[in-house]
This record gives sequence, structure tokens and C-alpha cells, in this order.
Amino acid sequence: MHSFGYRANALLTFSLTILALMAAMASFSDNFNSPSPTAHVQVLNVNRFQNRPNGDDEIGMTLSISADLQSLFTWNTKQVFVFLAAEYGTPKNAMNQVSLWDGIIQLKEDAKFSTKVKNKYRFIDQGSNLRGRDINLTLHWHIMPKTGKMFADKLVVTGFQLPHSYR
Amino acid sequence: MGFIGDSIGSLKSINVRQALEQAITLGMIVSSALILWKFLMCVTGSESPVVVVLSESMEPAFQRGDILFLRMGEDPIRAGEIVVFNIDRREIPIVHRVIKVHQRNDTSDIDILTKGDNNPTNDRGLYAPGQQWLQRQHIMGRAVGFLPYVGYITIVMTEKPIIKYVLISALGFLALTSKD
Repeated sequence: MHSFGYRANALLTFSLTILALMAAMASFSDNFNSPSPTAHVQVLNVNRFQNRPNGDDEIGMTLSISADLQSLFTWNTKQVFVFLAAEYGTPKNAMNQVSLWDGIIQLKEDAKFSTKVKNKYRFIDQGSNLRGRDINLTLHWHIMPKTGKMFADKLVVTGFQLPHSYR
Repeated sequence: MGFIGDSIGSLKSINVRQALEQAITLGMIVSSALILWKFLMCVTGSESPVVVVLSESMEPAFQRGDILFLRMGEDPIRAGEIVVFNIDRREIPIVHRVIKVHQRNDTSDIDILTKGDNNPTNDRGLYAPGQQWLQRQHIMGRAVGFLPYVGYITIVMTEKPIIKYVLISALGFLALTSKD
């Protein structure tokens, strides 16, 4: 009955159960964190705005992004993935989301940042609907836990009207 | 002798009735695992509720051997979500993040572009030749939960099949010789 194999099995099962329980509790504790992030985004300049040979509009801009996401971090946070998306509707598409910039924050100290960037990914529309279009710039974040459930949220930071003519 | 001697002894003393009992127990274990898997498929709405990360393309978020829990859900897919998708004629599904979404007005058709956090460019190079976008039918699920390291054993077993056979035969031997 109390052979070596039996004891080893009991020990392994018990330690795995405890480990799973601790992981579940760590993930559950994330729910008690009520973050209050702040963000400020500004379009500094529209660098280029053209219609591509295939008929799609493309725009290039310089953005100023500053945010304080430190309150998102808990003891179970591995990283925060933050990105800025342009969101707008067109006659053909009810929802367009184009990621313009993103970053990975692994340390709480780095979660308060201020940066001036050109859009990292190309801002290309499906079609030519960008002239005079009102877009919402939205800062999204995805919290990657050390273990357990992932969280995501967003903040609509600013609206912006694109230029009426190509340049 | 000790443990091994006992095991061989019990192997010798095995009879038909006991062997049948063992077979049924084994069958029960296999079928309960199957039931659990199918149940998870129903609950999550994803054809593969749990996947193991096989590549480094999502580091540092996901490393090789981490386990992801997937859910399909009815909500439309949005930028930033981590989706698992299948490309036609590509066997292994890919876990990457959505960076672009275009959703139609009249139908619920959706065009999605993905990128691995650790990759320098978007995934158009990974898609089928000429494919610009992913559609809803390519998506197997979106990642909602995460467990580190647990899936590493499956990677080891796929890369070194000998370990798999040793493990299976050891388990089988134990199942046959145990007296409980």
C-alpha cells in the first residue's frame, strides 16, 4: 500500500494541486485592482496623404503619445501591451481599426511614458474614404498575466479630422 | 528486487478477469478525457479550446511551451486581440495579434490583419499566396487565459518521439501491475 510509487504519486498530485490553486488565486486577485490610467495623444503633423495606385488612401502622421499606465500593474502582471488605433467608419465598412503604434511594457517604472513617433504601421484604408474623415484615436492595452486570465481595456483619447485634400 | 520484483510478480499472477478490469479502467480514463475535451469545445465555442505555443513569434508575452485557453464568442473580433488562425494548406495554427480590422456594413464579413509581437512585419508573408486578409472562417479562437510552461511536455514529445513511447509504455506497465 505505502510503496515508493504510491508516495511519490501522492506527493506529486498534492504539489500540483497546490500549484494550480496558487495560480488560480493569483489570477483571481487581479480582479481587485481597479486601475485609473490616463493618456494624452495629439496629432502633431500629417506628413503625407495620398491615393495609392490601387485606389487605397494612405496617410502618414507624426503623433505625440503620453500615458500613465502604472496602475495597471499588479503582482501577477508579466507585461502590458499598449497600442494606439485609429478607429473610423466608412460607407462600406461599419468599423475600421488600424493600429498605428504599439509597445510592450514589462516594468511598472516604464509604464509612465511620453513619446513622439511617426506611425509604426502603415495607415491604409480599404478604398479612398479618408479625405475629411473624422477618426477616433484610441489607446488600447492588453494585460498579460504571469498566469491566468488576460485583461483588456481602452481609452478614447482624441478625435481628429483628416485633411480634405491629398498632399 | 523490491519494487521491480513485486511488479514482475504481479504481472505473472495476472488473470483474465483482472486484465479485463484493467482494460475497462483504461477505457474509462481515455473516454473521460475525450468527454472533457468535447465539453470544453461546446462551452468555449472553439474547435480547439487549448493550444500550446510552438514558436517565439509572440515573445515576450508567450514562450514556447506555454498553454493558451481559447474562446470563440459572438462578439466581433477587434484589434489587439490575440487570435489563433488556420491558413489553408498549412497544418499548424498560428497564434498572433490582430493589428487591423475592417468590418463590413451590410454583412458581418470581416477582414483581419495579424502580426506576431516579436516579428518585424505583418503576417501577409505567412498567409496563402495572394491572400491579403484573414476572414472569420480562418479564426479558431481568441486567447483569454494563459498558463506558463505546462505545454512544454508536448513539445518534447513531438520533437523526440522516443520519449513519448517510453512514457506510454511505462504508464501502461504501471497500469497493468498496479493492484488498486
